[in-house]
Amino acid sequence: MRDMIVSELSQATHEVVQEFAHLLPRLLVMLIIVCAGWLVAYLVKAMLRSALRLLKFDRLSEDAGAAQLLNKAALPSSTELLSRLVFWVVLLGFVLLGINALGVIALGEDISRFFLFLPRLFVAVLILFFGMFASSFFSRAALLAAVNANLRSPRMLSYSARVVIVLLAVSMAFEELGIAENTILAAFSIVFGALMLGLAIAFGMGGRDLARQFLERRFAEERVPAKKEDELSPL
Amino acid sequence: MAEESILSDELVRHLISVGEVDLLVGVPTYNDARTVGHVVQVVRAGLLKYFPRERAAILNADGGSQDETPGLVQAASISDARNPAALRSLRTLHSISTRYFGNPSRATALHTIIAAADLLQAKACAVIAPESSNIEPEWIDRLLRPVCRQDIDFVTPLYRRHKFEGMLVTNLLYPMTRAIYGWRIREPYPAEFAFSGRFGSHLVGHEMWREEACRAGAEICFTIAAMAGSFRLHQSFLGPKGHLEQSSPDLVPAMRQTVGTLFWSLDQYFTTWSASTETKGVPTLGAEYEFMMESVRVNRERLYQMFRTGVAELEPVLASILSRATLDELKHSAALDEQQFQYGDELWVKTIYEFAASYQRSVINRDHIIQALVPLYRGRTCTFLLQNREASEPEVEQHIENLCLTFERLKPYLLELWQGRKGGS
Repeated sequence: MRDMIVSELSQATHEVVQEFAHLLPRLLVMLIIVCAGWLVAYLVKAMLRSALRLLKFDRLSEDAGAAQLLNKAALPSSTELLSRLVFWVVLLGFVLLGINALGVIALGEDISRFFLFLPRLFVAVLILFFGMFASSFFSRAALLAAVNANLRSPRMLSYSARVVIVLLAVSMAFEELGIAENTILAAFSIVFGALMLGLAIAFGMGGRDLARQFLERRFAEERVPAKKEDELSPL
Repeated sequence: MAEESILSDELVRHLISVGEVDLLVGVPTYNDARTVGHVVQVVRAGLLKYFPRERAAILNADGGSQDETPGLVQAASISDARNPAALRSLRTLHSISTRYFGNPSRATALHTIIAAADLLQAKACAVIAPESSNIEPEWIDRLLRPVCRQDIDFVTPLYRRHKFEGMLVTNLLYPMTRAIYGWRIREPYPAEFAFSGRFGSHLVGHEMWREEACRAGAEICFTIAAMAGSFRLHQSFLGPKGHLEQSSPDLVPAMRQTVGTLFWSLDQYFTTWSASTETKGVPTLGAEYEFMMESVRVNRERLYQMFRTGVAELEPVLASILSRATLDELKHSAALDEQQFQYGDELWVKTIYEFAASYQRSVINRDHIIQALVPLYRGRTCTFLLQNREASEPEVEQHIENLCLTFERLKPYLLELWQGRKGGS
């Protein structure tokens, strides 16, 4: 009995040691991969940061209105944030590669799914960034046009333009990521449709005279010179 | 050759059949049937009366008018067979009407005329605006004579205007071009002008034609090119310009065509204007200026309200263009009631210079910078109207002169902004 227990224990110990002996090189490989990954991620971050500074990416994100959002959220600059994001994505990629090297079968599928997800994440971030840029540009254009045309509530118009474009960009980004595709699409369609219908009704009710004048000016045979804001030419 | 790309084969054939000419008068048109017939008749009368011995041609560059403009030009050319002056002419006066390539564009029309003048080896070329309904035959003489007889390169017009007409010219374009480039040209954005063959050859292959900002305001580009290129300049008094009841152009496009182009030019000619320290007068034929003083209807209250609204609503945009001190002063002015409101010379000049520097640095989209200036210009016109409401002709001129001197005095401020020594925004 005693011999049997000793034999079982020694066999178990031997198996553990054997397993560990098998695992140790893989663990070492994983550590090497992670260390190399950290180095690569650090280099990529440094290079990306320099490239973004050269391209004046912070100025671009200021134009896009992203810098203001980051400031409000007490986050670092867009260049720093993007560099850090890339650093962590690259490092995470290497960590997963390292885990894969361990040969844990259950994790393999999740890891390959993560790598398939990366390009979509990148495209979604790009869509969001350009959406922010476009919303900032068009909302400012709407504000300036409304002020110079002496329209009422220019900020409301500008804000509406911004919201519509941001909504569009967010829904496109979510669709790209495959998150709640149908819900987002339906929500966007409802909001956008409601807004357009509201604008159409508002224009129809309030702008009848304006529309009539516009059509008369556009299609009348004898064009009547439009009465401008003053009788005097600025030039 | 530059003209090969802008002139159609048909036009080149036509020009070759005309041969060399001494004088060319260009009329750029697009749907100008209301006035163009009369303008061409007067141009012909002017050429026949004042230049009977010179070989001359009229070139109408049309943008594809839908209202029979080219037909009216041709008809006007034929109808002067009954004109006694035509019988005294010693040479055939050619009239050509051509449809230039592309969309209607004043820049393309002017480029066509300049390229044609270059091909025809014209010694002098005048450009006449098709809407100048009050044109007289003397205009042709006054524009072309300095080029033909005095070896002048670029002639700009002087007009008899109402004291409140052309406020963008009197409050910004004239004082700023004068301070920056050092030449006192009263009409830097001329509707009518004349140039020598030498200056035409300089313009025809100029890179300005490829620049969108310059194409928007080709006329002011010519003036700036003449000032910066040390060409011989001249001004000729033509008489009254247009009529007050004419509809005024929209302010935003007018600002783009003039102020946008002027700001754009500052980058191109930096080495020239940064070295210029004094202003020089330009030889003038006729009166230096004449103002009409009769009362006109201008809604000053509306201008003031649009200024106030603009400053309040555009504050975030203005904050990215102007310095904090200038923006604070503007907000302070906008807070005053209409009777106390004043947008003084110094504040106006600083505003313009800071806008120009922000335009150079493209702090936001350049077109947005120009649009953001529109409500501020309205505030300035409001002050100008108030300041000169009861002013006599010499007083109005003195106020304009004071503004010019402020622009000149603050030019070092623009240089500092340009070289980044002061934060414009």
